[in-house]
Parts: sequence; structure tokens; C-alpha cells
Amino acid sequence: MSGFELSCPVPLPTEERILLAHGGGGRLMHELIERVFLAAFRDPALEARHDGAALEVDGVRLAFTTDSYVVRPLFFPGGTIGELAVNGTVNDLAMCGARPLYLSAGFILEEGLPLETLRRVIEAMRQAAQRAGVRLVTGDTKVVDQGHGDGIFINTAGIGLIESPLAIGPQRVAPGDAVLVSGDLGAHGVAILSVREGLEFESPILSDTAPLWEPVEALLRAGIEVHCLRDLTRGGLASALNEIAQARGLVISLEEAAIPVSEPVKGACEILGLDPLYVANEGRFVAFLPASQAERAIEILRSVPVSSGAARIGSVLEEAPGAVVLRSRVGGRRVVDMLSGEQLPRIC
Amino acid sequence: MRFVDEYRDEQAARRLAALIRRRVTRPWTIMEICGGQTHTILKSGLEELLPPALTLVHGPGCPVCVTPIELIDRAVAIAETPGVIFCSFGDMLRVPGSGRSLLEAKARGADVRIVYSPLDAVKLAHANPAREVVFFAVGFETTAPANAMAVWQAAQLGLKNFSLLVAHVLVPPAIEAILSSPNCRVRGFLAPGHVCTVAGYGDYERLAARYRVPIVVTGFEPVDILEGVLMVVTQLEEGRAEVENQYRRSVRREGNRQAQQIVQEVFEVSDRAWRGIGVIPMSGLVLREPYRRYDAAERFPATAAPREESPECIAGLVLQGLKKPPECSAFALRCTPETPLGAPMVSSEGACAAYYHYGRREAAS
Repeated sequence: MSGFELSCPVPLPTEERILLAHGGGGRLMHELIERVFLAAFRDPALEARHDGAALEVDGVRLAFTTDSYVVRPLFFPGGTIGELAVNGTVNDLAMCGARPLYLSAGFILEEGLPLETLRRVIEAMRQAAQRAGVRLVTGDTKVVDQGHGDGIFINTAGIGLIESPLAIGPQRVAPGDAVLVSGDLGAHGVAILSVREGLEFESPILSDTAPLWEPVEALLRAGIEVHCLRDLTRGGLASALNEIAQARGLVISLEEAAIPVSEPVKGACEILGLDPLYVANEGRFVAFLPASQAERAIEILRSVPVSSGAARIGSVLEEAPGAVVLRSRVGGRRVVDMLSGEQLPRIC
Repeated sequence: MRFVDEYRDEQAARRLAALIRRRVTRPWTIMEICGGQTHTILKSGLEELLPPALTLVHGPGCPVCVTPIELIDRAVAIAETPGVIFCSFGDMLRVPGSGRSLLEAKARGADVRIVYSPLDAVKLAHANPAREVVFFAVGFETTAPANAMAVWQAAQLGLKNFSLLVAHVLVPPAIEAILSSPNCRVRGFLAPGHVCTVAGYGDYERLAARYRVPIVVTGFEPVDILEGVLMVVTQLEEGRAEVENQYRRSVRREGNRQAQQIVQEVFEVSDRAWRGIGVIPMSGLVLREPYRRYDAAERFPATAAPREESPECIAGLVLQGLKKPPECSAFALRCTPETPLGAPMVSSEGACAAYYHYGRREAAS
């Protein structure tokens, strides 16, 4: 795990194969990134391991990021793969403190896909781009044989402009920081699972997919000294916080009772045996900032619709080694570990 | 959320913990049977609230953990047979066999699917008449009724392409095996609430009387468990050994008669090997004669003898409550959820996984 030093790209042992969990946002994915990708492409911008790379070109600070979208089903309560492909990349830019400007989109389409399906996805992308204020300026299309894709895969890349002088990233997280989330957790993951598993709930749970630049911009405009931002996608809150805690050798302490989870999501997680701390979100982020500014930051976030459920959930403590701990609702304390493999539904 | 929030309430938990501290006058060892309870204890940090004289040890109530390695190997071999759709609950997928896990078989191209109900597997068989659909029927008394119902339904539908790989186990014989071990230090039990919801707790009365141990049927939320512990401790301190029911909102003495009937219709009791423990007499379920044609073990050829278990793994001792996971020399070093040596490190109900995820307390304290 940490401290693993390699000077050249070493292939995984031949018997090892890629498992779904290598894409799950947990420990296996981090090992894969360290042992294969980082080892091969050493670069300071890459090694910052933020949601996007912050680059300087002729005195202008840009953020650059890319992401691929392979969600199944293509249409789910509250959104489609189209919104995800726009919002996901927009949010990776926003997490660098960058105003999202331009997107590219690459489509891998499966032979036999109804054109109407593609049209619906494209319309969703158009509307999402409009809402997020980004322009889709270049693209690519490939078609693969039937059975070699899953309808539509989309890759988007994005460029954003970093206007604030702050260097936002895990390296700035400091003891005494307050930890804020922008809203209730787990809706996206549960919305997807409910369709995939054919589960129906009394009130449908809608994905939280949304662009997050607006609340970030509001914080920066108000002069909040934002230290780090992270969107809570695969692996959820627990994985995002573990990455930061381990990278910085700090302890992040959470109050279970303060972590917002809606009643329907709580209920669904109970039934499915999932922990909402590990469930994916597509319109939620965590912010680290000085505790003295926490109250004002929450007020600002709550004034923006997409982050109206913002709450303070914990603090950064001085002590090492890097870990996330949680005071449970009944008052005991425990570690919140990084996800091992995928969250799998339990037996009983 | 009703029926959940009030059982996670801090005030109620503190009040019960204070009562337990007041009542305990000497050291006692209590075992919670079910892995779900083990996880609540660690996830909520309950041990921190209890007096040091009280030791909680964790029992064999993790169906994934006690499923023999031979059956996992068998499952993988069946899943890798061309034309098979292999269905399982999620937790079984990562469990290491002597070669591959089901998840690794899936990565190599086997059609392994997670289902939430065995009835979904019946639907799959109905929709795919050209494929063999096999469901891995793992679990205690809790999952037996749904699995029995799946076989019964398949029979009603006249399906010829559906079968069960049965690995069903029963709780009372396991408790008896633990109590009759000369090394047993357990003085009281929290019995598994969900198992008793189905099976009732008549069987436990015989055990409580014969071995003079208090047994309290207990739920799964933090307040449930603290209340169950308080009830066991009270009995121990008063010298009583009875069966009591803490989980009254779900469990009746006779259990769920309808569920028991379908289980009896489809299954019969038989000896069964438990991973890490060995064969326990009359501790498992197998398909009865009229339903034996739905037995995947008969439908698919047997596989080669398995390799041995990792010699370093002390899962058997952990499952019997004789050791705690951190006492294992491989714990969190050579045995992690990514590279497990034994099943308790894998399952969401496994004691080793619970200690790994929640219990590495040096950072939490």
C-alpha cells in the first residue's frame, strides 16, 4: 500500500486479472493506479492525484480532466448517462476550483443501438452542458460489434480556468479544518441499484447528478479559504476521505449523527445491506476549510439549491497515522476503512 | 426511520451500558452467534461502552464463513461449466476456494450473477430454457424458506434447468458443538434474532437446560445488543439459565410456521461439514428425495479433492470463540479482505472482516 516504491512499470503478476473491483474506487483501484499507471507515467501533475490536473500555460492556470461513463442502465431515475458524462467531468474541474469551460465527448456505440436512444442521451447532454455553462467543442464516434459494448460508452474531457489564487488540493488539508458535505449522501448509487435489481420503493429515489461549480464558485467569491474539495463519486464519502487522510497522514474524525442521509436512502441501504458512506454520489462534494469559516461556508452552500443540504460532519485532527474515525450514533468510536472490493449485497 | 432509529439511540445505549456496568460483579464471557451482531458490535464501538470484566466472543453465525472449501470449489467448477448461469448472494463471490473465487471465475468469463432472492434465479431459469441455472443456497434457517420456495416453485413450473447447490446449516447444533467442547469458556449466548424469527426458540430451551447457560434471543441494532447483553448478565449474576426473548418485535416462541412447513417439505436434516470446525451431526439441510433432481451436486460431476486450507488461518478457532481475530499472526498482514487466507476475512458477516474494517482501534482511540 503506501510506501510502495517502484522505479519502472511492473506488470501485475500474469495470473492476476482485472476484477470489477479494480474500478470500484476502493483499495484495489488505488493499488492498480499506483502500481501500473503512476509507475508508468510519472509526472508531478499526475502524482498530485487530484480529480483533475492543475496546469500553468503562459501564466494562465488551467484545470484538465477526463472521465469515462459506462453506467448501466443508460436511463435511471433522475438522469441518464448523458447528464453523468457532462456533470462528472464538470465536477472534476470544479473540485480543482476551476470554472468549467470546454468539454470533448467520445462515443463508443454498440452496433444495433436504436438511434432514438442515442438522441435521448445527446439531448440530456445538451441540456446538462447548458445548465453547467460549458461548451462541447470536439468529439469522436466509434461503433463496435454487437456484444462488444453495452449500448453506449462515453468519454468526456474538460478544460477549466482556475481564477482563484488558492491552491486547492489534498496538500492544503490541515489540522483544525472543518469537514463539510454539500448534501445528503447515497441517492445516485441507490437509484442505479434500484433499477438494476428491479427494486421498487414507495417513493422513487432520484439520482443526485448535478453540476457543482455554482456552490464552489459561491464559496470562492465569498472569500472562503477553501483547502480541498472532492466529489464523492465511486467509493463514496468513506473512500474520498481515506484517500485524503492517508495522503496527508492526518486523522479525519466524523460524527455519524451529523452525516446527512435521506430516509428513503437509509431504508434502501438497510434492505440491501449497503453502507451509505460507501455509496456513489454524482452531485455531492466534501469541502475542507478553516473551522472559523465553517458556519459561514454552510450558510453560503445552503443558499445554492444544489447544496441546500450542506452540513458539517467532522474535523481534521493533528494525529497520525492517516485514518478516518467515526463517533457512532451510540457513542462508540471506530475506524471508517477504505472500501475493499465492491460493496456486495449480503446474505441475511 | 421507525424500528431503526430508536434502536440506535445514544441515550438508550448509555442507560443500558450503565445498567450492565452496575450489574457485572465478576468476569463473564458471552458469545453472540450471528455475524450480523458481530458487525454491529464493532461498527458501533459497543465494547468501549462495556465493563472490562465482560468479554464478547464471536460465534460461527456467518454462513459464508462456514461453507466448506470443497463446496466453494464445486461452485466455481459449476460456474465455469459452459452454458451455466450461476446465481449467488453477493457475499459468496469473494470467498476464496482452494483455487479461484467466484468473482475470479466471473473475470475469466463465467456467467456469475448476484441475485437478491433465489426466486429471481427461478425466473432466470424460466426465461433461459437453453441454459442451466444454478443457485448457491447458502445460509442458516433464515434463508432456508426462500430457497425451499424456489425449489418448490421450480417443481410447480416443471423447470428442468434449475438446481440448487445446497450449503445450508443450522444454529442449535453449532451451539451444542461449542458447548460440548472441553475448551469452551462461553457462559452465555446471544441467539440470532433472524434465525429465531423463522425457526422459533424451542430448540434453545433444551440447550439452556442441558448446559445450564442463559440464551437470549437478540436483535441486530446497538440497543438490541446492549439489552441482550444486560439480560444475559442479569441471568448469570442471579444464577439462572433460561431462554429469554429480547427481539420481541420479530420473534415468537414457535417461529414462523408457514416458513417451517415449506422448509420441511423440501429439505431434510443431515450431517454437515463446517469450514474451520468439522462435521457437526445433524447440523445441515439437504434436499428430500422428491426434490433431489434439483440438487446441483448430483447434476454436475464432482471435482478433484481440494487443496488444504492455509495452515496459518485460525478461522476455526475464531468461529468457535476460542480466539479473537487480532490474535491471528496473519491478521491484517498476510490476511486482508483483498488477499484473504480464510472466509471470515471476506464475508460482510465475518468476524475477521469486522475487526479489519472497524476494529483497528489504535487509530480510533
